[in-house]
Amino acid sequence: MAELAIQVGILLGYMFVALGIGIVAYRVTDRTAEDYYLASRTLGTVVLLFTTFATLLSAFTFFAGPNISYGAGPEWILVMGLMDGVIFGILWYVVGYKQWLVGKANDYVTLGEMLGDRFGSLGLRVLVAALSIFWLFPYVMLQQQGAGTAVEALTGGAVPYWVGAGGITLFMIVYVALSGMRGVAWTDTLQGAFMLVMVWAAFVWVASAVGGVGAATATLGDVDGNFLALGGGLYSPTYVLSTAISIAFGVTMFPQVNQRFFVADSKAVIKRTLPLWPVLVVLLFVPAFMLGAWAKGLGISAGANDNVLPLLLAEYTPAWFAALVVAGAMAAMMSSSDSMLLSGSSYFTRDVYRPLVREASDRREAFLGRVGVAVFATASFVASLFQPATLLEIGDTAFGGFAQLALPVIVALYWPRTTRWGMYAGIGLSQAFYLSSVFVGFVPGTYFGGWSASVVGMVLGLVFTVGVSAVTTPDAAEDPSVYEGLSAD
Amino acid sequence: MTSRLEAVGWGVVALILVALAVPWFMWGSDAVAAGLPVWVWWHVGWLCLTSVVFWVFTRRAWGLGVEEVTPRG
Repeated sequence: MAELAIQVGILLGYMFVALGIGIVAYRVTDRTAEDYYLASRTLGTVVLLFTTFATLLSAFTFFAGPNISYGAGPEWILVMGLMDGVIFGILWYVVGYKQWLVGKANDYVTLGEMLGDRFGSLGLRVLVAALSIFWLFPYVMLQQQGAGTAVEALTGGAVPYWVGAGGITLFMIVYVALSGMRGVAWTDTLQGAFMLVMVWAAFVWVASAVGGVGAATATLGDVDGNFLALGGGLYSPTYVLSTAISIAFGVTMFPQVNQRFFVADSKAVIKRTLPLWPVLVVLLFVPAFMLGAWAKGLGISAGANDNVLPLLLAEYTPAWFAALVVAGAMAAMMSSSDSMLLSGSSYFTRDVYRPLVREASDRREAFLGRVGVAVFATASFVASLFQPATLLEIGDTAFGGFAQLALPVIVALYWPRTTRWGMYAGIGLSQAFYLSSVFVGFVPGTYFGGWSASVVGMVLGLVFTVGVSAVTTPDAAEDPSVYEGLSAD
Repeated sequence: MTSRLEAVGWGVVALILVALAVPWFMWGSDAVAAGLPVWVWWHVGWLCLTSVVFWVFTRRAWGLGVEEVTPRG
């Protein structure tokens, strides 16, 4: 019982700190939509770095990632490093810096707004927002489900699933509705730093308990399938490349990450952030995924539905420490979900509700954005109670869904000859293809010796965007000049 | 150097960074050094190199291909 009190105390203590930050942020937030969604584009280097870090790297770091390493070996370190450290870093320049320039010059807050304005098309704006919400909603649901399950497991069932998931949902609604982007970014900074410290503490603690890093790693050679050897089992070269490419491009179009492309205070902030990025990624994932692999070598037995990291910690570290790490995982989950709620709400109110229903004032939009957060979070919480199979599947394939948007957007950003019809064709057909590979039985999931449908769909999207643009003429309302002639000074 | 040539050059650098983040030439190798598989060390080193390359890019070529081309002088 004392243990339970410590665990719940740590979680609650953590939440109060986050809430306190939210209240401070609320006090300095203007009542405008741009300030609520984008903190008026004023984030500095440390906050930008950590808010992107914590937003991008969700509970996957603590739960799903170590679980995969436990089941198949630590090669996910490479997948993650290639994906987030290298490819995403490059895309942060190619897509992110360009979007920052374009967004700053034209006051864009969302991806749909940026495209809709350039192509003179409300339809395209609504399509991009609707597709984004379609992929985002089940993904938020998965995060809530993960949070509820983790709290239930941590407390040995004393806090039931619906209380855990519901409590965290309510808490997120309050502090996201209060604080907007500024508060979310500040809490992300706290959460990102906390995640890093906890992962390294766990790594050092477990290593010293089993006789050092070398001794822990040596156990991997005896694992069935030899976890020390690069490749094998799940990991083929096409798997590694498909996964890294698809997710890296997908991440750039995830609303909560894409919106962060708009928020830097200045060019200098982005220039300082980018070189720190790959090192930060490797610092987090090497220890997290090695821990998962060690658990296998050390003979921890985890069922298909268990998370291996808490089990490993329970074996080698005291209960209070395991509770701290689970609090770190909750921090990771919340730092992703809160940003998703904020972005999902901005896509809905700004790109769907406001243009279609009626023009609302700026102040009213900021208010609507807060209502949107509550509605979005409540709906995904209710869905998480029932966990319909279709939604679970959409959530699991969300990265691939967002990846389909990336290449048409990049073409639009850089090629002035892109037309509205090219965008409709590239986005529409790649989405149709990818969705049918997920949901239609006879459409295969892999092609050409292991390339995933997501990567094939991306290529289709590129071909159709360019091809259809080349054979159509732009409408009078299209204005490629909004993406051109930009400089930071 | 013209900016087009510079852009191609940095494009090639980016491709190399992507191509060798995974040490394909060590496929199947299970050698261990200092407590971790050697391929993990390669990856750690490569990402540190990536950071350095990003830093050099921000100093030498930032804006290339993204900001409007302006004559230097």
